Amino acid sequence: MTARDEGYDEWIDALSEGAGYALVCPEGHGSLPPRRVCPECGSSPLSEEPLPGSGTVETFTVVHVPSPRFSDDAPYVTAVARFGPVRLTGIVRGVDGDGDVDADGDGDAIEVGETVEVDVGERETDGGRIVTFRPVES
Amino acid sequence: MTEVRVAGVGLTRFGSHPERTGRDLFAEAADRAFADAGVDRNAVEELNYGNFMGALAEHQGHQAPLMAEAAGVRCPATRYESACASAGVAVREAVRTVAAGDADVVVAGGMERMTNLDTEGATEGLAIAADDLFEVRAGVTFPGAYALMARAYFEAHGGSREDLAHVASKNHENALPNEYAQFRTEVSVEEALDSPPIAEPLHLYDACPITDGASALVLVSEEYAAENDVDAPVAVTGTGQGTDRMALADRTDLAATPAAVDAATAAYDDAGIGPADVDLAEVHDCFTIAEVLAIESLGLAEPGEGIAAARDGHTTADGDLPVNLSGGLKAKGHPVGATGGSQIAEVTRLLRGDHPNSEHVPDAEVGVAHNAGGTVASAVVHVLEVAE
Repeated sequence: MTARDEGYDEWIDALSEGAGYALVCPEGHGSLPPRRVCPECGSSPLSEEPLPGSGTVETFTVVHVPSPRFSDDAPYVTAVARFGPVRLTGIVRGVDGDGDVDADGDGDAIEVGETVEVDVGERETDGGRIVTFRPVES
Repeated sequence: MTEVRVAGVGLTRFGSHPERTGRDLFAEAADRAFADAGVDRNAVEELNYGNFMGALAEHQGHQAPLMAEAAGVRCPATRYESACASAGVAVREAVRTVAAGDADVVVAGGMERMTNLDTEGATEGLAIAADDLFEVRAGVTFPGAYALMARAYFEAHGGSREDLAHVASKNHENALPNEYAQFRTEVSVEEALDSPPIAEPLHLYDACPITDGASALVLVSEEYAAENDVDAPVAVTGTGQGTDRMALADRTDLAATPAAVDAATAAYDDAGIGPADVDLAEVHDCFTIAEVLAIESLGLAEPGEGIAAARDGHTTADGDLPVNLSGGLKAKGHPVGATGGSQIAEVTRLLRGDHPNSEHVPDAEVGVAHNAGGTVASAVVHVLEVAE
């Protein structure tokens, strides 16, 4: 078993319990752990602020040629979504309504500007934990 | 400060040479650079060597002494790693060393061996240039990261896959006469559009190939060139480097590369020139969208207008500002740790007039080279000028 990544794995644990957070510096810059100072301005201390319940997709891609850790996942959709003071990068799930990614990979399953919720899922290839997004039914 | 001259340049043919060792590739590039320079290898005072993923590809760390041996030099030798900008930073430190008067003769360049890995292995290797915790674990591959930037660019400024296909077609056209290029084949806009998807909206012909190759430059002081009768008509007059947040998601703007703006601003200031003085550019087009972002960062196109530059003919070989006359990473190939050095070699030859594409830029006096690492968390820009 590989060692945990202190700070990061606690953050993933919190995310999976619906208690995701961002680190926020006195100047209001958001960042993700582990951090000792703000990566934007070097200030401290950093406080943990709850992530908003939903975020907005700013860009996405449908990956057809994966790295080995994602061999069985491809094609899959990776998106960058804004959640308050931070953006998160994650894999979009449930876009076909059956828990799978857009199988034909035409990229139409998700749109820039779409609202998503964040959770933690598993890579199909090796079960590794990953940040996942799921479109919010409107 | 002394002026830094390019005494000689050397490249291997870029391409797929899976059986060739890294040390042999670099030895060939160094050999060519020494022959081109007419400088004795015993005169070399430092070796700055760029390499990105040799620990994965060849199970070989600590490559600098190995490459000093391969080049037949015995001097302080250091490996530089900044992902795809590894050779760029190696060259930059060599330029600074000579400019500061700390050495008169420095060899800089780099090498990457990649095709001995399979596609998944190379994809994994390239992905380690991204943030492992927050990007790679979320499925971000190297093409995927640029695809995220491409879609963000389209959202912010408009543009289409067809605009990007014009960049691909242009660079393949430029590579046709380049004896060092991996692909010397034409690719039409239609063929580029019809190629299979890699990471949408990017398709196969938006991407540079996986490449083995090496580059080497012999940089000397102006005084050394004069005293030793070394023919070195091109000078490196400006160098600049920039750094940005590592992960794409942490950038202020997903459709811009401010590290390259910082690098360009510093390099132009160092050279005492501005973007309007530039006659030609070699930019880091690992993906077609990267060329668009590069020329905007270099001030050669306004933000949002770089997307149309190839389509409208501004950056083609017969345009007012030819970009990637070598074929670029796109068609010439991208041996990651060698690329920054090879760009300087191409600009040098274009300005000297002995490049197969020099005929397109007969009066050129100023060229720039733009080398980027990762999703441009690192960027290096150099200005080269005809000095005599």
